Amino acid sequence: MILYEMIDFDILRVIWWGLLGVLLIGFALTDGFDMGVGALLPFIARTDEERRLVINTVGPVWEGNQVWFILGGGAIFAAWPPLYAVSFSGFYLAMFLILAALILRPVAFKYRSKRDDPRWRYGWDWALFVGGAVPALIFGVAVGNVLQGVPFRLTEDLFSLYEGSFFGLLNPFALLAGAVSLSMLIAHGAAWVALKAEGPVVERARRFGTFAGLFAMAGYALAGLWLAFGIDGYVMTTQAAAGGHSNPLLTEVAREGSWLAAYAVRPWIIIAPAMGFAGMALAYLSLWRGGELSALLFSKLGITGVIASVGLTMFPFILPSSIDPRSSLTVWDSSSSHFTLFVMLVVTVIFMPLILLYTAWVYKVLWGKVTMDEITENKNAY
Amino acid sequence: MELDVVELSRLQFAMTAMYHFLFVPLTLGLSILIAIMETVYVMTGRPIWRQMTKFWGTLFGINFVLGVATGITMEFQFGMNWSYYSHYVGDVFGAPLAIEGLMAFFLEATFVGLWFFGWDKLSKVAHMVVGWLVAIGSNFSALWILIANGWMQNPVGAEFNPMTMRMEMTSFFDVMFNEVAQAKFVHTVSAGYVTASVFVLGVSAWYLLKGRHIELARRSMTVASSFGLAAALSVVLLGDESGYSATHTQRMKLAAMEGMWHTEEAPASFTLVALPDQEARENHYAIKIPYAMGLIATRSLTKDIPGIEDLVAESEERIRSGLIAYDALMTIRQEREATSPEIMATFEEHGGDLGYALLLKRYAEDPRNATEAQIEQAANDTVPTVWPLFWAFRIMVGLGFAFIGVMAYFFVRSNFGSRTYPRWSLVAAVAIIPTPWIAAELGWFVAEYGRQPWTVDGVLPTALSVSNLSVTSILLTLAGFITFYTILFVIEMGLMLKYIRKGPVQDVEETEKWRVRHEHRLRTHDGRDPFANPAE
Repeated sequence: MILYEMIDFDILRVIWWGLLGVLLIGFALTDGFDMGVGALLPFIARTDEERRLVINTVGPVWEGNQVWFILGGGAIFAAWPPLYAVSFSGFYLAMFLILAALILRPVAFKYRSKRDDPRWRYGWDWALFVGGAVPALIFGVAVGNVLQGVPFRLTEDLFSLYEGSFFGLLNPFALLAGAVSLSMLIAHGAAWVALKAEGPVVERARRFGTFAGLFAMAGYALAGLWLAFGIDGYVMTTQAAAGGHSNPLLTEVAREGSWLAAYAVRPWIIIAPAMGFAGMALAYLSLWRGGELSALLFSKLGITGVIASVGLTMFPFILPSSIDPRSSLTVWDSSSSHFTLFVMLVVTVIFMPLILLYTAWVYKVLWGKVTMDEITENKNAY
Repeated sequence: MELDVVELSRLQFAMTAMYHFLFVPLTLGLSILIAIMETVYVMTGRPIWRQMTKFWGTLFGINFVLGVATGITMEFQFGMNWSYYSHYVGDVFGAPLAIEGLMAFFLEATFVGLWFFGWDKLSKVAHMVVGWLVAIGSNFSALWILIANGWMQNPVGAEFNPMTMRMEMTSFFDVMFNEVAQAKFVHTVSAGYVTASVFVLGVSAWYLLKGRHIELARRSMTVASSFGLAAALSVVLLGDESGYSATHTQRMKLAAMEGMWHTEEAPASFTLVALPDQEARENHYAIKIPYAMGLIATRSLTKDIPGIEDLVAESEERIRSGLIAYDALMTIRQEREATSPEIMATFEEHGGDLGYALLLKRYAEDPRNATEAQIEQAANDTVPTVWPLFWAFRIMVGLGFAFIGVMAYFFVRSNFGSRTYPRWSLVAAVAIIPTPWIAAELGWFVAEYGRQPWTVDGVLPTALSVSNLSVTSILLTLAGFITFYTILFVIEMGLMLKYIRKGPVQDVEETEKWRVRHEHRLRTHDGRDPFANPAE
């Protein structure tokens, strides 16, 4: 088949690197507010009615939102198999915690209001808290570790040997990144509650959200400084062959300089952190001052900027290795084959617009505030 | 069994996959049954059908959420526990998983929330369409998962790339239209339809026994038995299709399932029951049906079906051929682009057997150093343990035929009879509720255990597919999954039983409005007193 050669292998790799970013951002923007709402639930909603109100703001949409995560996993598997193989086995116990939390969450949504027993409901409320807070925290911790390099090496057979431990993941910089991720998503969840709910929970959501948001901004700034002065970057010391084979061992990598050197090479990428700061600042300002839709939209902008800034700063690295830099995974040497990337791109071009279209339609049907009256009358509500 | 990383990883995967598949078949079938019921509601306007839709919908929701939740584990477990597998075949195997998300799971999950919350927000027709989209989404989901699984059984449309040390896709068309995948897809979704039909039938029968919700139960039985009969026939026919495709794609699995130790002269007989003896390579106390095996597997009276002994001899040859490929591969890895054309040609010729050389990795770090005894041992390893396969397969098939009988009985009673059922038949319908789950799990057991010692048949041995993890880590997560999943199962069953006991909620207002209209219609038609059931 010659058709797939119409798009250059390296261009496809860059496109799929971009799509990986789109999926992660898609996940953070949609499921991010579900997780934020879960993490906020025990604090902003006190009575059972209030909690049902808050839960029902995300009730009809969390299932679809969560697919961004599943699709993210599938797309990494299909487009970046070495990344899928190395990172998930390396972060084994952390992944288990994420899975446990994300399994708990759907069940909690669905089962919480199926019994009247207050203890039953109270228990599931904390399950929702765990299901929201734990993944939000661990995703950030993972990003923090990736920026510092992950302790793995590849054998000549490309078998991945991971030499770190679970507690090694919990280092100060990674915990800071985890805190940024958690607080940013809490603020995002608060913006959602402010838009979709009514009454005292909205007031509390605003307060918690603004506070969490300011914390996220400060943390993001601190992490940037830390990255500039405290963490070594990575550089490829041999040029990857154009359209070369996806074998990380074919290129040499050194650990030197700073990640932020990328901003000298590609000055335009400053857009991403600028968007991150501006989006967050405007979001938390409008959240504080009572803006509804604007807070959510700016929050989305901020999250997009923050996630994009990590990817753009690291480019072309995807998963650098701290113990054997040569094993590091980059855009040029750890993708799927030319043909597979092409097939997957075709499928994505067909289905992604459809997904966005029907998701938008569902949100439109569900547009408007969820009210107390609706919750008490509606038998279908959670 | 020694608890090493390979065995523990297999145990964890088997456990989480089989647990996941407790919920999937009901989702597959019930989504369609509910969509059918809602369609009848939209077409007739009778509130009873809306009531049925909502009632079965509640049970669907309780089940669905665990299917989704446990599916998350499946999507990530390949990378966690099967890291080398993920690297080695991700280029091919990852694609259908990603497409499943894009094409099916997004559809299903986005609309399922709207279906539950949208009763008052959508028109009747729009709500029904949303229900169908959920059903279509979940069934398409099964399609792509089975394309992925079918590739593990029959790895077509891919070849090994020595530069990247992995399998790479050469034809998406071949992967998608893999005959094994297509037969498995229809077989699996049909099994899901049977599961849901038996479930609906059983719960309805329980209501009839208790004298509750008679109208709902009778109608549900009619829908379930009609749909279930078609599905039960399809399961058995497409199961046969799977068997037929296994004849040329997975001959060892077929021979093991059938306990065929030696190649028999065509047409082979079918061993109905026997006690397979792995050591002696023979069956004890066998009862055979002449010709049957040859007819099922080859659809002819003249073609041979190879027995286990011949297949082991063939494996040994392929191991030797694979060693030549392995030797060439080592040179290619050294010389890269500078490799001589002769070596490349050698690899081309023997590369298809590379996987067989990898079987020796269990015994020798470098397969080329393996002794004759080790080669013989590796060839013997290609035989899965026969007796569990032999019996699991027979129980599954027996249940499959029994479902046809059960569905046919209720189909005839509910469509052509007086819609009354003898008490014993209702008791039986309740009692058999768990059996389709048993059949489905046994089916997966036969498919996956029968593929051993491979994760991808003939390409990658299971023993090489794992991650570099410590036994402690896996024991930790295994214990975690067992505890966590057990608790969730207890909770799920508790809620299911609670909502079955509670029964449907009758929408009094809507029923009343409908009754008035209905009586009016009947009066204007023939002037007689209306006969209407209050629930309708």
